Amino acid sequence: MEILVYLIPISLFLGGLGLLAFFWTLKTKQYDDPEGDAQRILSDEWDDKPRPDE
Amino acid sequence: MSQEVDARIMLSLPQIHCAACISAVERELSRTSGVKSARVNLTLKRVSIEAEADKTAEDMMAVLAGIGYEAHELDAGTLRATETDRRGRDLLMRLAVAGFAMMNVMMLSVAVWSGAQETTRELFHWVSAAIALPAIAFSAQPFFLSAWTMLKVRRLNMDVPISLAILLASAMSFYEVTQGGKHAYFDAALSLTFFLLAGRYLDHRTRAIARSAAEELAALEVPRAERVIGEEVVTIPIAELVVGDLVRVKPGGRMPVDGVVVDGQSELDRSLLTGETVPVFAGPDTVVSAGEVNLTGPLTVRVSAAGEDTSLHRMADLVAMAESSKNRYTSLADKAAGIYAPGVHLLSLAAFIGWLVVTGGDIRTSLNIAVAVLIITCPCALGLAVPAVTTAASGRLFRRGMLIKDATALERLAEVDTVVFDKTGTLTQGRPELINLSEFARSDLEIALALAEASAHPLAVSLATTAIAAGFKPAKLSDLREVPGYGVEGRWKGKPVRLGRAAWVGTQAGAQTATYLQIGKATPLAFTFNDRLREGAADAVAALKAQGMSLVLISGDAPAAVKDLAVRLGFDDWTAEALPQDKAARIKALSDAGAKVLMVGDGLNDTAALTAAHVSISPATALDAARVASDIVLLGNDMSPMADATVIARKATKRIMENFGIAAGYNLIAVPIALLGFATPLVAALAMSASSITVSLNALRLR
Repeated sequence: MEILVYLIPISLFLGGLGLLAFFWTLKTKQYDDPEGDAQRILSDEWDDKPRPDE
Repeated sequence: MSQEVDARIMLSLPQIHCAACISAVERELSRTSGVKSARVNLTLKRVSIEAEADKTAEDMMAVLAGIGYEAHELDAGTLRATETDRRGRDLLMRLAVAGFAMMNVMMLSVAVWSGAQETTRELFHWVSAAIALPAIAFSAQPFFLSAWTMLKVRRLNMDVPISLAILLASAMSFYEVTQGGKHAYFDAALSLTFFLLAGRYLDHRTRAIARSAAEELAALEVPRAERVIGEEVVTIPIAELVVGDLVRVKPGGRMPVDGVVVDGQSELDRSLLTGETVPVFAGPDTVVSAGEVNLTGPLTVRVSAAGEDTSLHRMADLVAMAESSKNRYTSLADKAAGIYAPGVHLLSLAAFIGWLVVTGGDIRTSLNIAVAVLIITCPCALGLAVPAVTTAASGRLFRRGMLIKDATALERLAEVDTVVFDKTGTLTQGRPELINLSEFARSDLEIALALAEASAHPLAVSLATTAIAAGFKPAKLSDLREVPGYGVEGRWKGKPVRLGRAAWVGTQAGAQTATYLQIGKATPLAFTFNDRLREGAADAVAALKAQGMSLVLISGDAPAAVKDLAVRLGFDDWTAEALPQDKAARIKALSDAGAKVLMVGDGLNDTAALTAAHVSISPATALDAARVASDIVLLGNDMSPMADATVIARKATKRIMENFGIAAGYNLIAVPIALLGFATPLVAALAMSASSITVSLNALRLR
């Protein structure tokens, strides 16, 4: 059972990474227009190069 | 703001719904000169445009109208508040932390429930405590704050039992852990926080979308006026105008003040103020009121009342009176909380005292059981019951083009049994439609078309569109000239031709709305018009009637026009020439007789009635005052979603009641278990999750 000493911190660390990733998505405003983003991938308008940032 | 700053324009686009719409709108806008960038937000159904300073929202609206999208201006000032939606992001952050901690602790708890013993259990409990305590301290803050502010004024709300349960459960569990005890409720405290935060977030999001869109629409009319000083014309805010100033009002502009015309001739559209559909003539000495629309020629107006004293503001007083006489509605959630909050506290106190007596003073056991009762009865499902349903319902209504402005509007809409309609601008477009096209010779029509195209007068515009749609080409005319206030004249094959008011072409005006065409010295021909029905109005009225609502039509327009419409749409009860106070009084009389009235209206003359009604709807084309007064705004031009709205509202209220039932049912089973002291953390976790999930699923059935 000593393995738990490693496994618990590791699992917490991995979970924490997920949490940080979520914070990043929040900061970069990825939830401002979920419906629009879902639809935008269907348009082939910016397929060749990324759309320039505003 | 300086000139160099780019204009930032926000438009609401109620019709967009797909990828093709996004690219069409963005492509068309970026192709327009002066536009630097355009970005559509499909979730909020709006587009934000960066353009050069001289571009206005009207230009952009015209561009979008050209490709078939209806657009409404939003005020960028109030918009900032929604863009940096701090509260929403803050809630989401806390929700994420609570979710993360809940999952990890739950994982550890599963091990404990499946029989981890001694050291392992203690280790797991300590790790859980290390995760849970900081997570709760961070995530549950909204509840603590809200409960604290309530307690400070010695009142109870739903957050008081919530905070108490979370705090007591954490403290109790921590004590148990230090004592090497068997039961720790960290998972329960965390999932409680998580589910309740989810409810809180849903609630916030629904409100934020509605509030932003409604507030921004409300600020739509930018209050400016063009003041004339000598030869110079300066644009200033309305607030700076004083009595005696001269103000210029362009054709198409709205009167900013009450006043008297000193120069110019034109026609005025009073439909929003009085419900009259036929434009009236305006020349020197005509008295004008704020809110009327100038149609054909520029007018110079001497201000006789500005700001607080205008007729617009007197209308606002009427609204304030209606407001004060309206009884406040208590939402279902508040009613539930009112019964619930004290109940829970009493129950868990009773459990504590009861067990204290039974065990002969064993505080630890009694406290454990009291906490279990508190956790199990805690309103996880109750916290989700209402927001989950309103989110689903208002999402569905939003997709149909309806915006719920007020949190309790859905519940109130569900109770409606009487619908009162305004006519002009609500059931009808307030836009005339030519009805006797077939009565004319081709050559006459072509001349009329050529003349009509030279004017922006609503009758002329309607004539031109109808004639073009029927395949007519304008005749070749020379010397085309618009005579503001009268009509358009020109020459055709050497003969003078005129299209305009009856008196101007030398004839008597008939009973119907009409414009007259005179060729040379011939007898004038009358083109008659009907007010055009709003799209979906007939469907909406028929559907509401089929639902068993009693329908009433109240208009400020002339009896003939109102009667015609009442017959056409099947209203049994109609009133014409109603003043604003008559409308409000009628609604009050209906309400006093026990009816729950839904008022649908758009004009200034409706605002008092909209406020007095149990619940109210106004179209997006309505004046801002009307939109502010109403609970629900119809975003598109189509009126047919209105009938669905009442159905959805009734379903939503039913779901809310069902959800309360489900939550109560779970409590009924779980509370006795907790009271008898059989509640383990496992039971608490099961009861809580199961009820929350059932409640959410039940709400989702609405979508």
